Amino acid sequence: MAENIIKAENIVFSKTELLSDRVMHYCPGCGHGTTHRLLAEVIEELGIQEETIGVAPVGCSVLAYYYFNVDMTQAAHGRAPAVATGIKRVMPEKYVFTYQGDGDLAAIGTAETIHACNRGENFLIVFINNGIYGMTGGQMAPTTLPGMKSSTSPRGRDIVSMGNPLKISELVATLPGMCYVTRQSVHTPVNARKAKRALKKAFEYQKLKKGTCLVEIVSNCSSGWKMTPVQANKWMEENMFPFYPLGDIKVPE
Amino acid sequence: MKEIRLMKGNEAVAEAAIRAGADAFFGYPITPQSEFIEYLMAENPEERTGMVVLQAESEIAAINMVYGAAGCGKRAMTTSSGPGISLKMEGISYMAGAELPCLIVNVVRGGPGLGTIQPSQSDYFQAVKGGGHGDYKMIVLAPATVQESVDFVKKGFDLAFKYRTPVMILLDGIIGQMMEKVELFEQMPRIKEPPEWATIGKKQGKPPVVVTSLQLQAEEHEKVNLRLQAKYREIEKNEVMCEAIHCEDAEYLFAAFGSAARITRKAMEMAREKGIKVGLVRPISLFPFPYQVINQLAGQVKGILTVEMNAGQMVEDIRLGACGKTRVEHFGRFGGMVPSPDEILAAFEQKIIGG
Repeated sequence: MAENIIKAENIVFSKTELLSDRVMHYCPGCGHGTTHRLLAEVIEELGIQEETIGVAPVGCSVLAYYYFNVDMTQAAHGRAPAVATGIKRVMPEKYVFTYQGDGDLAAIGTAETIHACNRGENFLIVFINNGIYGMTGGQMAPTTLPGMKSSTSPRGRDIVSMGNPLKISELVATLPGMCYVTRQSVHTPVNARKAKRALKKAFEYQKLKKGTCLVEIVSNCSSGWKMTPVQANKWMEENMFPFYPLGDIKVPE
Repeated sequence: MKEIRLMKGNEAVAEAAIRAGADAFFGYPITPQSEFIEYLMAENPEERTGMVVLQAESEIAAINMVYGAAGCGKRAMTTSSGPGISLKMEGISYMAGAELPCLIVNVVRGGPGLGTIQPSQSDYFQAVKGGGHGDYKMIVLAPATVQESVDFVKKGFDLAFKYRTPVMILLDGIIGQMMEKVELFEQMPRIKEPPEWATIGKKQGKPPVVVTSLQLQAEEHEKVNLRLQAKYREIEKNEVMCEAIHCEDAEYLFAAFGSAARITRKAMEMAREKGIKVGLVRPISLFPFPYQVINQLAGQVKGILTVEMNAGQMVEDIRLGACGKTRVEHFGRFGGMVPSPDEILAAFEQKIIGG
């Protein structure tokens, strides 16, 4: 009888066609799935599917091209902003985004990130910050909090010997090439809606060629943090948000 | 239109890039090839043909910008010298794996390390035997004149797109820096029609295009590698380039590539004046290597002297080609030193005639 209730007026949710039907490989509770969906919905709502090229990183989202129904390139570790620069420079009328984790963007790819932002390359960087290297099994990231345990900081991150976490969004916000820098999260419906608005704004700014946009998503990593998804979200609110406060960091005039 | 000019090697190759209809150049300064990007910036090809020129923050960024542009089906290129090419090796491996075409020019200087800014041929192994990670090959062309360097820009792009693979022009500091008469080919149009495999935005009713070198299933990844290897065999079958000078009656043979071949040619002429029947074989494509030509000639001569501006790299391939049919010796000056014809002749008389 199921088919009887599938009437237009009864449908309260349908998956955007911008996401493929492939089963995602992300861990239960991970923020990648939600962020993928928001990004896909924004591309669909703006009607720019056929004009968008994405760049996948190395990290948990290395296979992002399995899920987005847009043309995509997989970049070497940390090089996504350089690859996106190459794409955008030869096709300046297309919409280009990179999707990168903290290790990719804020450690091995720091130079590519800062210089792309400094040139004000007209693309969007979606930056997932979960304070850990997820795919390789939970090693310390440039964003790992002081005292936070990981497989390469088993007694907690000691800032004297291991350095301080890098607030890359605040850092790039100081560059004149940056158009829009904001920090969001996707762990509650309210936050997800805000994050979606931010992603949409970033594409709109890209159309106007106003410079680089960076949307940071502070996210969880229940596997890497060795917590249940619920615990991870709570830990994120209590520990990550005070260090990485949510909200706009730079907005265009 | 065709045009004859007196030009420095680096500048002539840069001009050839514009004329070959290149879409994009991404580079980073390093001696002895900095004139390349300087020439392009001065020429403003964005205005001439629409070609994009950008100075990247690093060699790594430059090759990855090439990767991005090449993925869009564009004719993209970069140039550098030894230390910078080492940094580009990651990107070159990714491009070989993702089957993207591009042109890379290496104006070789002496290594290892920061080495010297003087000319060298010590990047032969890096160019021909891999350099980056994984089982891949790069088409490597080794011109001996500014004219050949110019012509190989066009040929290099054609080969890169024919086989969807990176192509390297292996120059050295001599050719990059010296001025020679050069005939420039006519301006070619930039290609507007993107290939099927390019990421230019998803086409309606078709699946998205993905550029990647990743394949997590070993069974599938072996298939990718088999496809690459089949391509390399095809390249070996079709694209060997080699010059043989005075080899018909040769009792001895010189083997040299690039600048070293020009100097060795003089040594060969000096030997001939002394009545020694010696020829010169000059591999032009270093991958694919002209093993068959070497093998044939090896059966005819009493000895081969390989002359290189390195400590002995191509000599290994000459020996593979000769396959024990004749004695193969090496003479080299390196670390930025260039051999003179006299030195080469003396080495030939000592190692081959007297040996």
